[in-house]
Amino acid sequence: MISYTIRRLIAAIPTLLVVAVLIFVLIRMVPGNPALVMLGDDATATEIEAMEKRLGIDQPVPVQFFRWAGNILKGDLGTSIYYRMPVAQVIFSHLEPTLLLVLYAAAIFLLVGVPLGITAAVNRNGLLDRACMTLSMVGISMPGFWLGLTLVILFSVKLRIFPSVGYVMIHEGGLLESLKYLTLPALAMGLQRSASIARITRSSMLEVLGNEYIRTARAKGMLERRVIGLHALKNAANQILTQAGISIAHIMGGSVVIENVFNIPGIGKLAFDSIARRDYPAIQGHILFVAAVYVFVNLAVDLLYKFFDPRVEYN
Amino acid sequence: MKNTETVLDVRNLSVAFSSFGESVGIIDEISFDIKKGETVGIVGESGCGKSMTALAIMRLIQSPPGVVKGVIGLNGRNLLELSEADMRSVRGNEISMIFQEPMTSLNPVLTIGAQLTEVLRFHRGMGRAEARRKAVEMLRMVNIALPEQRIGEYPHQFSGGMRQRVMIAMALSCTPKLLIADEPTTALDVTIQAQILELMQQLGRELGTSIMLITHDLGVVGEICSRAIILYCGRIVEEIRSEDLFDRPSHPYTQGLLDSLPHAGRGGKLYVIPGAVPSPNDFPEGCVFHPRCKSAMERCAHEPPGFTELSPGHRVRCWLYGENAAAVSAARRKEGATA
Amino acid sequence: MNYARMWYKYKAVVLGGFMFLTIVLVALFAPQIATHDPARISMRQALQPPSAAHFCGTDEFGRDVFSRIVYGARISLSISISVLLLIGAAGTVLGLLAGYYDIADTIIMRIMDGLMAFPTVILALVILTVLGSGIPNIVLALSIAQIPRVVRTVRTTVLSVKQYEHVEAARAMGASNTRILFKYILPLCISPLIVRLTLTMALTVLNEASLTFLGVGLSPGTPSWGTILSEARQHVSSSPYLILLPGAAIVWSVMALNILGDGLRDVLDPRLN
Repeated sequence: MISYTIRRLIAAIPTLLVVAVLIFVLIRMVPGNPALVMLGDDATATEIEAMEKRLGIDQPVPVQFFRWAGNILKGDLGTSIYYRMPVAQVIFSHLEPTLLLVLYAAAIFLLVGVPLGITAAVNRNGLLDRACMTLSMVGISMPGFWLGLTLVILFSVKLRIFPSVGYVMIHEGGLLESLKYLTLPALAMGLQRSASIARITRSSMLEVLGNEYIRTARAKGMLERRVIGLHALKNAANQILTQAGISIAHIMGGSVVIENVFNIPGIGKLAFDSIARRDYPAIQGHILFVAAVYVFVNLAVDLLYKFFDPRVEYN
Repeated sequence: MKNTETVLDVRNLSVAFSSFGESVGIIDEISFDIKKGETVGIVGESGCGKSMTALAIMRLIQSPPGVVKGVIGLNGRNLLELSEADMRSVRGNEISMIFQEPMTSLNPVLTIGAQLTEVLRFHRGMGRAEARRKAVEMLRMVNIALPEQRIGEYPHQFSGGMRQRVMIAMALSCTPKLLIADEPTTALDVTIQAQILELMQQLGRELGTSIMLITHDLGVVGEICSRAIILYCGRIVEEIRSEDLFDRPSHPYTQGLLDSLPHAGRGGKLYVIPGAVPSPNDFPEGCVFHPRCKSAMERCAHEPPGFTELSPGHRVRCWLYGENAAAVSAARRKEGATA
Repeated sequence: MNYARMWYKYKAVVLGGFMFLTIVLVALFAPQIATHDPARISMRQALQPPSAAHFCGTDEFGRDVFSRIVYGARISLSISISVLLLIGAAGTVLGLLAGYYDIADTIIMRIMDGLMAFPTVILALVILTVLGSGIPNIVLALSIAQIPRVVRTVRTTVLSVKQYEHVEAARAMGASNTRILFKYILPLCISPLIVRLTLTMALTVLNEASLTFLGVGLSPGTPSWGTILSEARQHVSSSPYLILLPGAAIVWSVMALNILGDGLRDVLDPRLN
């Protein structure tokens, strides 16, 4: 298993390399001079030149790239133009809300999506099945941020249960307080994502339920809830796991919009603001970070496969 | 139905399926019984309804779209009248079933031990350790080496023959009154087949379990069954004792099945019953077998024949026998045909 | 002729197709369906609740929201159809090349994997920052972000198809690679491609809504559904109803395409599932 992990990590390097090149090239194509942005319109030519030298953008592009790539291998993601701090530190300080949000939303989409899918599968073609699947169809067709806004109207404006904007760090207000601020955004993302989980759970369970060993389990007189909940579900688990990984990646991507709506100081909002501020190092660092997270999530999903299906071989 | 020697008493069992508004009959009012300690073969080609019979007895047929009617008597109770909860305590406990494909009949993600012990823990209320011990004992009983170690392994680590042994162990662990085996050896190597059959017969004797063996292979029937029930298109056409099966097969279908067995030393083309098994949508009128029967008469196309008892334990459903039998044989002798 | 069975098989296509058709009709006949000029400002009428005159009320500039939503269909539809055509054409070519030639495969798929590692919205945001705003730029940005899936679908089909006997036979008879690709392999890619494009179009509508909601890519007055939603967001407390119809319009359109895509997949090849 260890050697498999290492091989997978090494295999991910070319992809990350492509990501790095792509983002580097794209950023360089953005119009505007960051030195000028930082100094303001009435800077002199000398000042601009000096700033460019400081920022390292006076060098030819390939040199800039290799310098940046080299630094990354040393763990240095560059320095944020806006924050004047190392990018790694900036990302780290914004990580907590997004991390918590992702986990919270993931818990929701699993707790809602899986039972919904199982219900649909067990009641195949019946009323419950059609209801669950219609609901899921609406769910996957819905923009997460719209659901977020609807929830805000319902819970913040009308019922005044949850705050609609902002966030409190754990070390300031405690975990429960932080979760309160994240509940509406997590519900928005979680419920929306639970739709695709429900669909995959249903199709995976239907496939599994058609197998002979399910008939054997029933022929042994096992309780139906054991047949479904253990015999069937454990076999369906890996397909659900795959979709869960994809959904987590989508939540991380969608955090850009959701954090904007709910004004949460996470890395999604950081990305959006950095793009607006032309903070190249921050944008580069953020994208590379997210790409690396995707690699890790994929790897984690792959490693978990064996937990549910002992036939899986690492090769 | 109160005969203490009879374990299973099936009366007028019918199974039909409805789909998109149309109803198709699969099994039409069959009746038979199985006595304690007997091994009875249910014989027929693919599609004749033998597996359906087994599933009907176990009540594993999904209720819409399937419709099951009749009486299935197990030691005095009608299984078709039981609640689902009561039926669950019958399955795996009083009646067990093993299936044709050992490769796919075991859950690939659960250990053999888990699959064995769950039956014991559910039906016998055993604790974890006790169930494990009994499971190891069962594995030993079916001749699996190193049972203590193998109990923690997964199905994919076992060969086909060994998986079928595990299935047998699972089925017999609660000492059921009846074991239904649906083509248990068809998917196995020929060399393993004999071993498995022998094992089933031996364990059946030891535990006092009756066996209902479903098969298309008359050779298997001759090996371990005391009696054979021949099914065609969901109807019983003949019920015969094993010793009579090869000497005095009476129904033309049974004769055809025997004729199509390869015989060592008899060269030439293999006999095949002409025609094909009709689909349930197209069952013929009158005697179901008449389109393929070489002895078919005018009457066979219009009236389905009733049962004629030729001798104790041997009944047949054919117009060649029964009240007109004498007249028919005479007519045929006149025409030069053999009865 | 079992009509029950036929209906069961085609109902998704019919339903999705019908739903999508309504959007197309709304877009085509926007001038007839809209009750007011969507751009007409009237500060006195700002933030009016729904009424007979204004079905969905008015926004902060007094513009009739209903009419804006109706015209918004044009924007969503034109963007998503343009993206469809662009990634359909480019994606097919890239997919054919990647599936057929090994060297092309390595290069193209590496780039596609790299693109897929970007969150769609961020990638589109960066591209739009480079290019500036405007409908053609949104189309380009979304196309680049969404092309990998299409390439992958085509490539997968090519990989399995190129070993078919009739393809081998054609090659043995001396057919050129181009001919093989276009005459034999391409037709077999059409079914999965249609399904993939329909589902991708659904995603395009969602992604476009996200981008315009963030205020990126279109000039401020343009009544894209996302833009309307972001304007409505400012007044969530005073006029909560403003977010309802734009969202419903998005859900309807995306749902139409998803139902249609699912239905097409079941009809064209249930094995694709």
